[in-house]
Amino acid sequence: MGEKILMKGNEALAEGAVLAGCRFFSGYPITPQNEVPEYMSWRLPEAGGTFIQAESEVSAINMIYGAAATGIRTMTSSSSPGISLKQEGISYCAGADLPIFFANVVRGGPGLGNIAASQGDYNQSVKGGGHGDYHTIVLAPNSVDEMGNFPKKCYELAEKYRMPSMILADGILGQMMEPVEFKFQPVDPKSLKKPEWSLGSAEGRKKRIVRSYDLREGELEKLNWIRAKKFKEIEDKEVLFEEKNINDAQLVLVAYGTSSRIAAAAMKMARDKGMKVGLFRPITLWPFPKKQLAKMAQRVKNFLVVEMSQGQFVDDVRLAINGTAEIDLYARPSGIPNGEEVFAVVDKLYQSIKPAIAAKKAEKSKPAKKAKAPKKAKPTKKLKPVKKFQPVKKKTTKIKTAKKSTKKGGRR
Amino acid sequence: MYQGIRISGFGGQGVISAGILLAQAGLLENKNVSWFPAYGAEMRGGTANCSVVIASEEVSSPVVSRPDTVIVMNEPSLAKFEPLVKPGGLLIINSSLVNSKPKRTDIKVAYVPCNKIAEEIGTTKIANMVALGAYAGLTGALSVDTIAKALGKVFKRAKPEMLELNVKALKKGAETKI
Amino acid sequence: MELVNKKPSSLVDIKMHYCPGCGHGIVHRLIAEVMDELGIRERTVGVAPVGCAVFSDDYFNCDMIQGPHGRGPAIATGIKRSQPGCIVFSYQGDGDLASIGMAETVHSAARSENISIIFINNAIYGMTGGQMAPTTLIGQPATTCPKGRDPKVNGYPIKVCELLSQLDGARFLERTSVSTAQGVIKTKKAIKKAFQNQIEGKGFSLVEILSMCPTNWGVTPLQGLKFVDEKMMPLYPLGVFRSPEQEGGQK
Repeated sequence: MGEKILMKGNEALAEGAVLAGCRFFSGYPITPQNEVPEYMSWRLPEAGGTFIQAESEVSAINMIYGAAATGIRTMTSSSSPGISLKQEGISYCAGADLPIFFANVVRGGPGLGNIAASQGDYNQSVKGGGHGDYHTIVLAPNSVDEMGNFPKKCYELAEKYRMPSMILADGILGQMMEPVEFKFQPVDPKSLKKPEWSLGSAEGRKKRIVRSYDLREGELEKLNWIRAKKFKEIEDKEVLFEEKNINDAQLVLVAYGTSSRIAAAAMKMARDKGMKVGLFRPITLWPFPKKQLAKMAQRVKNFLVVEMSQGQFVDDVRLAINGTAEIDLYARPSGIPNGEEVFAVVDKLYQSIKPAIAAKKAEKSKPAKKAKAPKKAKPTKKLKPVKKFQPVKKKTTKIKTAKKSTKKGGRR
Repeated sequence: MYQGIRISGFGGQGVISAGILLAQAGLLENKNVSWFPAYGAEMRGGTANCSVVIASEEVSSPVVSRPDTVIVMNEPSLAKFEPLVKPGGLLIINSSLVNSKPKRTDIKVAYVPCNKIAEEIGTTKIANMVALGAYAGLTGALSVDTIAKALGKVFKRAKPEMLELNVKALKKGAETKI
Repeated sequence: MELVNKKPSSLVDIKMHYCPGCGHGIVHRLIAEVMDELGIRERTVGVAPVGCAVFSDDYFNCDMIQGPHGRGPAIATGIKRSQPGCIVFSYQGDGDLASIGMAETVHSAARSENISIIFINNAIYGMTGGQMAPTTLIGQPATTCPKGRDPKVNGYPIKVCELLSQLDGARFLERTSVSTAQGVIKTKKAIKKAFQNQIEGKGFSLVEILSMCPTNWGVTPLQGLKFVDEKMMPLYPLGVFRSPEQEGGQK
């Protein structure tokens, strides 16, 4: 603790998991996450744990299923295609209410795609992943430091709510080196209480069963309602996000992971030129910071989403803001934007909203026009009833935004 | 202070480790740093390159698309990276292996016979250190002493004699003048 | 009155759902008797498969985990490696072990995981309704090969013990049957051996048990016994294929 070490993101991720008490890892090689199993192959035995190179991702996740069922902290990691293979097992863990932790160091897709960084697995991560009605807690680091410190958070959340948790990274975060400071005391696995559902050593107690099925009439629905309640609680309590330069912002960039850093670069360039641009970064992608964005949209009327996918993340932003502000998209599906190009988009957008901002300002500064003000504000007021009674109108606005975005954003 | 650096060359010329060394040295000087390699298929056999950022403020993107300094260790790297250098930036060319001349006139160019100098010191393996020395000397972004200190941190298993040669190469490189 | 026989304490005292003439119940009981005799019930974790034996997690009176189709050996690996003190067995059918889970089977054997696998070979998919299994005999009808298994279309049956006997990591491989009283006794011995090997840390053990599925074979329970003896055994000969004692030896 305390010292800053220069580490690769993948290695920080592995070390962070070990320091957080992970004693079992199984995985399969795939670029760009290979440093994780490589690191674990020597680090875990050193820490008294187990490393297994499995014959496939499918087998790897099922080893995790078995090991996690004995109540220990486990980990598996992979990159996009490998995560797809693991989804059946992840769904079983969700169905058996097992706390597991895994990481996806996302690469380009679909298919074999490429090995460069991408954010194309957003929907897969936040909308479930495998089959069935469940969620995974998704943390999106944007630095090597967070790669090293988030595993502990993932374990704690997974165990608190008995469900899978994951880190959604990408090739850049996995491959880059940055200083990391592990900001917690190493967790001694022996200090962790064995959960009341864990398997093995049944002396003096009744047998336990870990399973993901319930064929009894109506029982599965009951179970799923219990989970739904749990998910609601998580959405209320466990949201994490970061804000930069929000207070006076007229335009807010919304991005996560690597693209949030690139967006930050663009924001800085804009600020240097006197533009009031801020940045909102969800850290938990599920639970998504819906309320925070909705609240912000009461004041900020322009948002620009930056993502390294076709427009997956933007959907959640749209759902959160719910038609109360303009949302533009700058998308690079499996491409890596740079600060300058994002700034160019910011600049253009900012110039287009400037007249509106100026008009608003002018209104505010003229007390005589007070009477007019409520008229102007009317649309905002109107929106509330519109929400319920005119969904059709709302939809058209949304489509408009989407069309506009494609023109402005997409390269291809 | 912000320094975005790209280092490029053949695999085996030590461009990846030179980058790590810069980042480590920056960390020793309490700067914010990042290092990012071109990884994977590109890495096998062909040219290797990496991005390094050393900054007093937070590092935003670790991928340096408009570098303040580019170090090219081989011929193909010149064509690829010359266009990226920021106007007014610095291009360090390993003139032992790069025969072409850059076309741009809006950047500073330093010709450093890295391989030749390295060979004179003892081994061409340390040509990358000559280039780093030149970088330190010309930009003043980092001191040669700090890079020398970083050597011990990055190459934990290196023999002391080898480290000494590296330091010599750094110092010799730092004498570079434009 | 003197009690001469009772339900093993390693079985939960509930009614099983298996069909008349099915072999699962017999094998369940044998495993439970072995657990009782070895005194390992409280430290045993069983892996229930997907298929008819999915409910075995209710029947065995030890800790149980039910996993995805074919992944039993991987789950067992995870449990055994993280809790080496536990005795771990995976109970699998032919579709589970030799079709969808072949990779897990082969690789857990190659790694010589110190686990015991009880493999029920009844040459058919049970739970899903009589579809062709990897072990379905040539000419044997199934709901996905109604005219009988045709090698030109469906390929040939897989002989699991013979296949695994090529692997150095597979320490104990035996094929038995539960179609006769004698076969039941031999099967129990083989199961016991598989568990004992694990207790002694000898590595991967698998017992392939030829078993009856009269329902999906479309025969009576009695004819089912005959089917095993007359149709299955010629293709799947009984015996020990590998044992730790005859290191590397193949029958």
